[in-house]
Amino acid sequence: MNEPAAPLMRAERLTRRFGGLTAVNAVSVALQVGQVHAVIGTNGAGKSTLINMLSGELPATSGSIFLDSADITRWSQPARSRAGVGRSYQRTTIFPELSVLENCRLSAQAAQQRPWRVWESAAGCPHSNGVARDALERTGLAGVAARAAGLLSHGQKRQLEIAMCLATRPRVLLLDEPLAGMGAAETDRMLTLLEALKRTHAVLLVEHDMDAVFRVADVITVMVNGEVIASDLPQAIRTHPEVLVAYLGEEH
Amino acid sequence: MQAASTGSSRSRLSKLLPVAAGLVLAALPWFVSPYQQDLIAKILVYALFALSLELLVGTTGLVSLGHAAFFGIGAYVTVLASPQGAPASIVWLVPLAMLAATAYALFVGALSLRTRGVYFIMVTLAFAQMAYFVFHDTKLGGGTDGIFMYVRPVLGAGGAVWLDLEDKRHFYYLALGALALTYALLALLLRSRFGHALVGIRLNEQRMRAAGFRTYGYKLAAFVIAGAFAGLAGFLVAVKDAAVNPELLSWHESGAVLLMIILGGLGHLRGAFIGAFAFTLLKEFFQSESLLGPLASHWQMTLGFTIIAFVAGLPKGLIGAGQMLRQRRRAPVREAADE
Repeated sequence: MNEPAAPLMRAERLTRRFGGLTAVNAVSVALQVGQVHAVIGTNGAGKSTLINMLSGELPATSGSIFLDSADITRWSQPARSRAGVGRSYQRTTIFPELSVLENCRLSAQAAQQRPWRVWESAAGCPHSNGVARDALERTGLAGVAARAAGLLSHGQKRQLEIAMCLATRPRVLLLDEPLAGMGAAETDRMLTLLEALKRTHAVLLVEHDMDAVFRVADVITVMVNGEVIASDLPQAIRTHPEVLVAYLGEEH
Repeated sequence: MQAASTGSSRSRLSKLLPVAAGLVLAALPWFVSPYQQDLIAKILVYALFALSLELLVGTTGLVSLGHAAFFGIGAYVTVLASPQGAPASIVWLVPLAMLAATAYALFVGALSLRTRGVYFIMVTLAFAQMAYFVFHDTKLGGGTDGIFMYVRPVLGAGGAVWLDLEDKRHFYYLALGALALTYALLALLLRSRFGHALVGIRLNEQRMRAAGFRTYGYKLAAFVIAGAFAGLAGFLVAVKDAAVNPELLSWHESGAVLLMIILGGLGHLRGAFIGAFAFTLLKEFFQSESLLGPLASHWQMTLGFTIIAFVAGLPKGLIGAGQMLRQRRRAPVREAADE
């Protein structure tokens, strides 16, 4: 299972330009099951743009994206999601008026939409309910399943963000700063969850919390101004001269 | 626990409310004057029209300012397809009117749903104005005067006539039946996976796409279904008046139906129903010269101010009024319990 053979998802020389600005320049990444691939970099380095291109929210200006060896560069976001590419958002993107369970159930429904079966009740859909309960269980939200999502604490909302992503049963997880604004205990729980998830998922993690990154990452890619300046094992990144200068600061 | 159980018994009671309202409406013709029966029949037709828009605006979050186009097309097709000498049969006339409205909704929806927000509002308005001027400026539907329907349609077979819409009471029950059926179908739709997906799209379309929903298809389906039911309402309004004119497609009409659902309370089917009732009765009241004298000629102004007052005072609509009252009544109790 864990041999580093073919990656599950890879991007080759992805580039995105906004007018004259090149937000992401010829970035290649490979994601495989069993690995947390962290992407770090200063604000504006192009990390979120990279996730947006991988998830299909933003078309790439050039370059290619492959899932299992199929070229998905031109696939729409919904199609990629159904093929197994899941993402979470940096800014919490939930359905605040709906219950926590319904937030996840609706996400799970994407796999079995059957919109023409109008006589069947959504709340009674065994498939989406089962998957949603499972996602809530994994993220530790089962106790607040009936609460309106908008009433959750910030940390719980971040957990729900991940739960909704898991409810789509993805194989690839693109996580955009899942730890943003989380307390120490919540961070700890989230990292434990990530450790568990990487056994069955290919994970791309964009994160600002360096302690957390070095704790869970198996590979780290460092971006500066839209370009990759280093991509290596964590211990190599720690001592990489260019990274020290450009990102971590010279005093390290 | 106790609070939860009283809540569920209240929700069960609340589910029976539309059934009770239907029964009251079914009994009403025996207790009211012919004039009042006509007025209520008109309200039933507009309630159906408002329900169709509620699916679009309240459920899916697509604010259309051109919904009268489908209403008007349904009405015009009803009159244009009715033969002059003999009554048409409801069996084919209703599907025909709905089909015509559906076809135009498919065309308008397919194009307008490529835009968002205020652009969507403007594009739906533009398509409705286009349809308006087709009937207003060409001989197709009699121009500005519109056209009359010579004989109202019937429902029957083999010489037996079960429903003759020349009879106003028959029309009343047809309108009530159509409204009840539409309400039931929409309630079923909202309960289904399709309905839940529409709500998800209203709340957060980006997240729905990220989860794997092709939202364009869902929105188009909602737009077309709303258009079809607006066509049904159009059929009814044409039969009620036995005449049509271009005003049925005008933006005033689109605006009025939008006001109805806002007045009633967005996000609830019964809000559309209550809003249609309130709006039509308010309009009737402010137009009444016997009640208001010369002020009645300024009904647009008085109606306008009243609706502004309602919307300002009840931001969640008339349906939210009960909720607000309940909360206000419960608030002191909770304070007492805290002490």
